[in-house]
Amino acid sequence: MSKNYYDPADLRKFGEITEWSEELGNKFFDYYGKVFEEGALSAREKSLIALAVSHVVKCPYCIDAYTKDGLQRGITKEEMMEAVHAGAAIESGATLVHGVQMMNKYKKLSM
Amino acid sequence: MTIKSLKARKDDLSSPKNQLKFLSNGIFQNGGLPTFKDKISQTGNFPLKPKKLEILQLNLGYMCNQVCSHCHVDAGPDRKEIMTRETMEQCLEVIKNTGAHTLDLTGGAPEMNPNFRWFVEEASKAGIKDFIVRSNLTIILANKKYHDLPEFFKKHNVHVVSSLPFYKREKTDKQRGSGVFDKSIKALQMLNSVGYAQEGTGLKLDLVYNPSGAFLPTDQQAMEHDFKVALKEDFNIDFDNLFAITNLPISRFLEYLIASENYEDYMYALVDAYNPAAVENVMCTNTISISWDGWLYDCDFNQMLELKVDSKVQHISAYNEDLLNDRNIIISQHCYGCTAGAGSSCQGSVA
Repeated sequence: MSKNYYDPADLRKFGEITEWSEELGNKFFDYYGKVFEEGALSAREKSLIALAVSHVVKCPYCIDAYTKDGLQRGITKEEMMEAVHAGAAIESGATLVHGVQMMNKYKKLSM
Repeated sequence: MTIKSLKARKDDLSSPKNQLKFLSNGIFQNGGLPTFKDKISQTGNFPLKPKKLEILQLNLGYMCNQVCSHCHVDAGPDRKEIMTRETMEQCLEVIKNTGAHTLDLTGGAPEMNPNFRWFVEEASKAGIKDFIVRSNLTIILANKKYHDLPEFFKKHNVHVVSSLPFYKREKTDKQRGSGVFDKSIKALQMLNSVGYAQEGTGLKLDLVYNPSGAFLPTDQQAMEHDFKVALKEDFNIDFDNLFAITNLPISRFLEYLIASENYEDYMYALVDAYNPAAVENVMCTNTISISWDGWLYDCDFNQMLELKVDSKVQHISAYNEDLLNDRNIIISQHCYGCTAGAGSSCQGSVA
């Protein structure tokens, strides 16, 4: 067993999760595949959303996978970085909007 | 950016034997990945046999004005191997009698062969339905003597197939060299202005896209759409079809994969994307590739690996289409490059 929590080679073993729970695993991969098909949003747009979310959930496997997916789709590095910023802005906004809670509490407790 | 061919650098990988050895060792030896032979055996495709011959592909020489970092030919200005007029004459005899409907000239930069124009003039008289010249575009602007190539192509109704790795400058220049993008754009505009890819002219201009890095091409149609919109908007350029071609792990691209530590991941990606439907239509089943010195191969890649056809007939001087069509196609692990995803050939996707 590896001494590191993350091994890049584990990404290609992702499908193996099905071996220990076939029904749930298959359902997940069917769902996953369906989500990224062309729909009301293009597969290209979904790839950029996936890249942004990958950063927000801090998943190194997902970052590798969707950087490569973006390259394959001809997505530029500028588009990729803007997507990461969109994710980062929501994440920092989510922190900062709690500042209102802090302000409310502060005001309530203060004379 | 590589400035010299592997051959000129005397790199170990300039030897096809070393490349084939590398492609059979490691992950393909320790059971990590199945060999191509094992893989196609599972779907009943071994031995791989030719179907009807459709394409004769002639490599007029490895000399090129560019030194692209992904080049499977290891072409460049320092390569002196070019087809002689004598071999061309032997090719012309074959072209006159072949059952193939397409003649496909490649290189290097085929236009740099001193007998190129004579050969095109002669070959165009043979009544071949589709006459392709694979042009790297920049050659048209490389020297005054090439400036009239668009007119020359038009005169002989040549179907021009040109490489343009991407519709943006940065990626193109990174793969093909600084300034290549601007020159390619100018050359495409010249081809458009003599009538290429313009309605009613019948002059065909296709582009070849290949990824600029260790990743596979995506859907050819989606890519074609992006290329068309971008080239029209930014440069008012028209073209007919886009061929998405996978980089095969040989020669300079193999060197890049190894040096950038992408080799294993790339091979896993190719094997994961293996598509039996692509095997059915893989280009070696309808093509014969002829080298600058007249030897016969299953494809341009096998040519670069010096894997001559497995047939009694191995040279253009003894060409016999019936005998050749009865051969077994020679395969190795590089073949995974043509069977991944939608498949890949000199005519783009196959599945």
